[in-house]
Amino acid sequence: MKSNMADMVFEGLLRIADDNLILGHRTSEWCGHAPTLEEDLALPNIALDLIGHAQTLYCLACEINSRYKNEDQLAFLRLEHEYKNLLLVEQENGDFGNTVLRLFYFSTFMKYFWERVKIECCFTKLKEFSEKAFLETSYHSRYASQWVVTLGDGTDESNLKMSNAIANLEPFLGELFNNDDFTEMCSQNDFLPEPTSIFDSWKNEVKAILQKGNLDFPDIILKKRGGRKGEHSEAFGYLLSDLQYMQRAYPNSSW
Amino acid sequence: MARKQNEKIVSLEEFQEKIDRDEKIEPKDSMPEAYRKTLIRQIGQHAHSEVVGMLPEGNWITRAPTLRRKLSLLAKVQDEAGHGLYLYCAAETLGKSRMEMNQELLSGKAKYSSIFNYPTPTWADIGAIGWLVDGAAIMNQIPLCRCSYGPYARAMIRICKEESFHQRQGYEIMLTLARGTKAQKEMAQRALNRWWWPSVMMFGPSDADSPNTENSVKWKIKRYTNDELRQKFVDAIVPQAEKIGLTVPDKDLKWDKKRNNGQGGYAYGEINWDEFWRVVRGDGPMNNERISAKQKAWNEGSWVRAAAHAHALKKQTALQAAE
Repeated sequence: MKSNMADMVFEGLLRIADDNLILGHRTSEWCGHAPTLEEDLALPNIALDLIGHAQTLYCLACEINSRYKNEDQLAFLRLEHEYKNLLLVEQENGDFGNTVLRLFYFSTFMKYFWERVKIECCFTKLKEFSEKAFLETSYHSRYASQWVVTLGDGTDESNLKMSNAIANLEPFLGELFNNDDFTEMCSQNDFLPEPTSIFDSWKNEVKAILQKGNLDFPDIILKKRGGRKGEHSEAFGYLLSDLQYMQRAYPNSSW
Repeated sequence: MARKQNEKIVSLEEFQEKIDRDEKIEPKDSMPEAYRKTLIRQIGQHAHSEVVGMLPEGNWITRAPTLRRKLSLLAKVQDEAGHGLYLYCAAETLGKSRMEMNQELLSGKAKYSSIFNYPTPTWADIGAIGWLVDGAAIMNQIPLCRCSYGPYARAMIRICKEESFHQRQGYEIMLTLARGTKAQKEMAQRALNRWWWPSVMMFGPSDADSPNTENSVKWKIKRYTNDELRQKFVDAIVPQAEKIGLTVPDKDLKWDKKRNNGQGGYAYGEINWDEFWRVVRGDGPMNNERISAKQKAWNEGSWVRAAAHAHALKKQTALQAAE
């Protein structure tokens, strides 16, 4: 692989891996604290998938960039500004409704993303991985969509909480669909689809589900952004303190 | 749940004969009330232990040191939620609802394994729990695969397979720490020091003080007494600790060739039963924290459950209207 291509692939893998790691981390925070035992099983299961995706993607990234010797160095030992995840995924969980709505937004996006990677990605290893990732994110999207409908339709209280969650997450949705020079380059090289190219499918599905839950589809305009450039929210530093604690406290150890 | 029984109420003698023939008792079979109560209590406690046990381990998911360890821990804690679900289902076959059992857990009326009232301050505690606590659980649970009550015995087969995987995982965490840096080895030793005695206590009071044992053995709910299982545990774990260079914190531990009917086994020191009963009665290091965490999750989730209920009713009404 030529060096500029390698840089592109590395950065592209990192963006997706970081999204998955950080949302997996947030999702895992629910373990033992969910509203029902079934959800106590489902949420760690989804976290397991998300962090598993991150692990595979970091491994692929390490094969490309010899500066990083293994996936843990990427996951645990970068500085805050070196993480390229969306602001959406790093926000605190909020209540269960906010958690499932964010999961629904993100996993529905990723489902269409992986579907495109499956067809058109020039990087064979990622293309192969996308088969599994597509199936798993489809399941996450279905799981979360059921809760969005249930909570939206359920009681006045739950409908209000879901409307609040929609308002709370709205400022972060623009970044999900923001094309930049990098995403354009990835698309031109048949590496990754441009986020805007997924918008219509995503919007149709999300709108239909929100409607079933008597909820309004939010305005999607670019408001809060910065994650892709490594500019993160205040909450992110605390997340990293937990995530990186062991690797920072006991450097150069095997676990 | 309404209880249904097969043809006739069998006498205690007939029931005992059935047990002695090693026939399984199934949910709709007639059974003595004391048998039913013992099983509901035991399976319920077992289910609660799985669910409360998610808390001390879940405590380390966000801080696990590597992705591989994080994924294994997530998978393990998820298994425990699954075990909780099977076991509540098994207990429900005896006529008590999961809701009722849950309320008893949250109110403090129902017990769960006291071991989960101890804290997990370091990563090594995750290794120690897997190795020792799951190790002790397996000693208790393998005989339960042959328990006389069918649904419990069948649930235990799968649970034991998963628990034995967890135990190997825990031992491997300890092995890695013991072979690691000085700080890691010290972390492992301190965790062993913390978890050894509580794990030895996991088998419950000694046989002389265990009033439920006699009936449970007679009814083949239990196949071994508390002290027999405790001895098996100590005999299995001591050589494993030696192998990885960790020291079991018991100065009275020594090989005794008279144990196990002359086949030899480890003699161990006096168990601090005051501590055992103190923790059982609610005064352990984390009793309040564990129950408060479960109460908080339950209370904060009430709007979610209410919404799910309301949504299901609306769907049902719509379906009936369409028919």
